[in-house]
Amino acid sequence: MKTYHADERGYYGEFGGAFIPEMLYPNCEELRQNYLRVMAEPSFQEEFRQLLKDYVGRPTPLYFAERLSEKYKTKIYLKREDLCHTGAHKVNNTIGQILMAKKLGKNRIIAETGAGQHGVATATVCALMGIECVVYMGEIDIARQAPNVARMKMLGAEVRPALSGSRTLKDATNEAIRDWINNPVDTHYIIGSVVGPHPYPDMVARFQSVISEEIKWQLKEKEGRENPDYVVACVGGGSNAAGIYYHYLDNPEVGIVAVEAAGKGVKSGESAATSALGKVGIIHGSKTLLMQTDDGQITEPYSISAGLDYPGVGPMHAHLFKSGRGEFISITDDEAMTAGLEISQLEGIIPAIETSHAFAIFDYKKFEPSDIVVINLSGRGDKDLQTYIDYFKL
Amino acid sequence: MKQNRIHQKLQENKKLLSIYFTSGYPNLNDTIKIIEDLEKNGVDMIEIGLPFSDPLADGPTIQESSTAALKNGMHTELLFEQLKDIRKTVSIPLILMGYFNPMLQYGVEAFCKKCQEIGIDGIIMPDLPLDVYQEEYQHIYEDYGLTNVFLITPQTSEKRIRAIDNASNGFIYMVSSASTTGAKEGFGEEQKAYFNRIAQMGLKNPQIVGFGISNAHTFQQATEKSKGAIIGSAFIKHLTQNGVDSIAHFVRQIR
Repeated sequence: MKTYHADERGYYGEFGGAFIPEMLYPNCEELRQNYLRVMAEPSFQEEFRQLLKDYVGRPTPLYFAERLSEKYKTKIYLKREDLCHTGAHKVNNTIGQILMAKKLGKNRIIAETGAGQHGVATATVCALMGIECVVYMGEIDIARQAPNVARMKMLGAEVRPALSGSRTLKDATNEAIRDWINNPVDTHYIIGSVVGPHPYPDMVARFQSVISEEIKWQLKEKEGRENPDYVVACVGGGSNAAGIYYHYLDNPEVGIVAVEAAGKGVKSGESAATSALGKVGIIHGSKTLLMQTDDGQITEPYSISAGLDYPGVGPMHAHLFKSGRGEFISITDDEAMTAGLEISQLEGIIPAIETSHAFAIFDYKKFEPSDIVVINLSGRGDKDLQTYIDYFKL
Repeated sequence: MKQNRIHQKLQENKKLLSIYFTSGYPNLNDTIKIIEDLEKNGVDMIEIGLPFSDPLADGPTIQESSTAALKNGMHTELLFEQLKDIRKTVSIPLILMGYFNPMLQYGVEAFCKKCQEIGIDGIIMPDLPLDVYQEEYQHIYEDYGLTNVFLITPQTSEKRIRAIDNASNGFIYMVSSASTTGAKEGFGEEQKAYFNRIAQMGLKNPQIVGFGISNAHTFQQATEKSKGAIIGSAFIKHLTQNGVDSIAHFVRQIR
């Protein structure tokens, strides 16, 4: 059977793998050899499920958005990941990985963060488990995401500025990888998205797959069927998307829609629309689509949303794009902001700007009145209030 | 595979000194002068660094030199252009070292072909993994007479060291400690035990030690059990502080 899941070596079609220097090989190999076994252990599953329920607040609701549905003349459900503890889907993965780290006997955690959401989710689970936590964050991002920096500090994490390169997310990721090279034995690296060397993309997708797992039974209860006609998510690295697609990847009845950040326009030179602008290459140990110069130097993306501001995309999504299984749509800053305001006023939900991109597809994608469309409401907008205030002069 | 300059050099009865520098640094057109001066002063082998935007195995010194080199305008085609007549003046082994993405964008075969035309003897791409190399690229490297150099670290398992030894045809780049480049200086008991352990494995390829070597003392320690040693960050620091006119001074203080 044709599958859109990772194969044994971590490839999605031609994408994925582990393009890592030898210094990282033992770290990744330890994880690769153990992750499936550990995740299958009943004691792991029990603790993971318990924490998702009691600590994260799962299952998150599948909410029928009546006024939004009326406006766009189709049936729209929202998967409310914004109601997770810490305000986004990110914590599903950090809960999974902190338990993995414990099983592997690690006593120190490192992470990278862009806007700070994954950093906060990592600092949170480290506080929960009483484990030392170092979060790398680009110096420029530290300056523009002060509230999340404060949250991480309050949770007991050390926030280390990434001073190299462009001093944003990709450089924070480089610094975290360098830390892992220098601390190969006691440290686990919690990557925040479905990126990086194998087994990370597959492991993170599995932790996030709880999203589509819940949708299946929730939709069955509400509509009498497990499968919607479409699942829609914004894609930066692509972890919330991987989560909502996961259990539908190999089911051709379910359409997959991926929404990327066009920034100021795909052709403006200030964009993060990797499927439109990227070429096959290697970033952070993974073969995938990435934005780069003709000479193979990785370029700096742009989006108003820090969470979509990544020059690559997870290998699962590169494969969905290349194979035609997924439909990719690019949304500009302006379109996303307008959609964010609209969903706020139609449904009383202020979304994260990342998520707002997914609500801006209706000008580009027409649905039938009978279609059931599930949009992943991946995060809430509290962290973006200042950006909304500045943009709309509120 | 046909013997190249690396194989010949490895047969010499001496400890080899190899120097890494980032092409395009400190100035865009220093490449040839640096190579010629290193050879003139008795360096045995040179690793010419191809700068990359995201050098994740490197510490701050080489990172900064890469960023500066890219800002100066260095790119793959230009480096090849600068090197096109290098074999008229230089005869020691030359190895290109960088990250795999720029090579992939250039085209692996086109890259190897160009290396052969210029007289490059080997390539070190730390993020090109063993299995991918063997399945997709080994035949291309061999067609163009290029030696691929693999890294091992203190954490590399014995089984994997054996596999790397089998896949190697030249020397093994022995990373002295679990670190990025330039992170540590000098060697402790842990490194000495590691050097001994590898020396006793009876590998078919000689080992050249890199990372943590910066002066005569550390060079001597690193080469006690190995065939040679590579200096990178310390040389880049020297270039940063003294420019390209005192290369002789740097080399002479090593041995």
